[in-house]
Amino acid sequence: MAEFRLPKNSRLTKGRHFASASGSSNVRRFAVYRYDPDSGENPRVDTYEVDIDNCGPMVLDALIKIKNEIDPTLTFRRSCREGICGSCAMNIDGGNTLACTRSIESVKGDVKIYPLPHLPVVKDLVGDLTNFYAQYASIKPWLQARTPPPPDQERLQSKDDQELINEPAACILCACCSTSCPSYWWNSDRYLGPAALLAAYRWLVDSRDEATGERLDELEDPFRLYRCHTIMNCTQTCPKNLNPAKAIAETKKMLAERKY
Amino acid sequence: MSNVDRPLSPHLSIYRWPITMALSILHRLTGVALSLGFVMLAVWLFDIASGADAYAVFMKYMDTLIGKLLLVGWSFAFFYHLSNGARHLVWDTGRGLEKEQATSSAWLVLIAAVLLTGVFWWVAS
Repeated sequence: MAEFRLPKNSRLTKGRHFASASGSSNVRRFAVYRYDPDSGENPRVDTYEVDIDNCGPMVLDALIKIKNEIDPTLTFRRSCREGICGSCAMNIDGGNTLACTRSIESVKGDVKIYPLPHLPVVKDLVGDLTNFYAQYASIKPWLQARTPPPPDQERLQSKDDQELINEPAACILCACCSTSCPSYWWNSDRYLGPAALLAAYRWLVDSRDEATGERLDELEDPFRLYRCHTIMNCTQTCPKNLNPAKAIAETKKMLAERKY
Repeated sequence: MSNVDRPLSPHLSIYRWPITMALSILHRLTGVALSLGFVMLAVWLFDIASGADAYAVFMKYMDTLIGKLLLVGWSFAFFYHLSNGARHLVWDTGRGLEKEQATSSAWLVLIAAVLLTGVFWWVAS
């Protein structure tokens, strides 16, 4: 049975407020989820006033500014700052996205920032993705072929065959989709979630892969695949505009069609 | 390192619901409501079979405000579940799964369910 309420140790308390010291009139408020594993206290929401005139345009710019100038204890993941590494995935203004590609301007009112939903929190905005990565590994995300490759060249694909995997292969594994999915919230121990299923689909439709049957066998399970109820949160939230919901529907179709 | 003491990040309480998510849970809720409604339908049929007196008692209860609200609610649940069920059938063929399509079909299903409920009661009364 799904547990809709947060456990006792996870309920939010009121945090601290950091008023702007710059005296600028162009100030935005950022409400940020904080959890300090060393204190043992419940998570809280701290608010920071940030001088927008002296800040880059993206939410990540503001977070870095807060860490550099206001509160060095603030912890978050970031790396490429251009939407390709997937590190700074978090819940901003109620939706999962990348802090580096979400502009501050696009958020109305206070900018509310939480870690990706329904994950164990390591610290502040850093969620524990161990299970997410294990699920990705479980779909065997590599080429499986029994026939040897041609002796003098790579395994070639036609342009049309390449088209099929272009989109699903563009996934950066930021986990925005899986952690937006209510089915994944309630059943992440057994349901693979949209990201892993999109990756599975990427190998199912790869013309060079020869393990399609085994891959489908692995997915044919009431939980692993069929906990998807087409809620569509994954596709609505994907910061790379990919479509895990459609990939899952196509996978279900492949399973239905191979029976007849 | 143990996960046991780590807090769980907030989910339902902080997520901004896309319309598709709202309609998905409404599909489940109307399904449950319909299951209960079918018990009431069985009671209705049972009372019809039991003769005029039993039927009059049933109708007396259904003629109250709460009874009418339940009937309108169940008919809406039926038409919503039916319309959204058709949407799911289309999805199962791999169509209509783009973001914009799913959002507009959500509104379409809502409007259809309200209209069908309205027409149903207009014809019935």
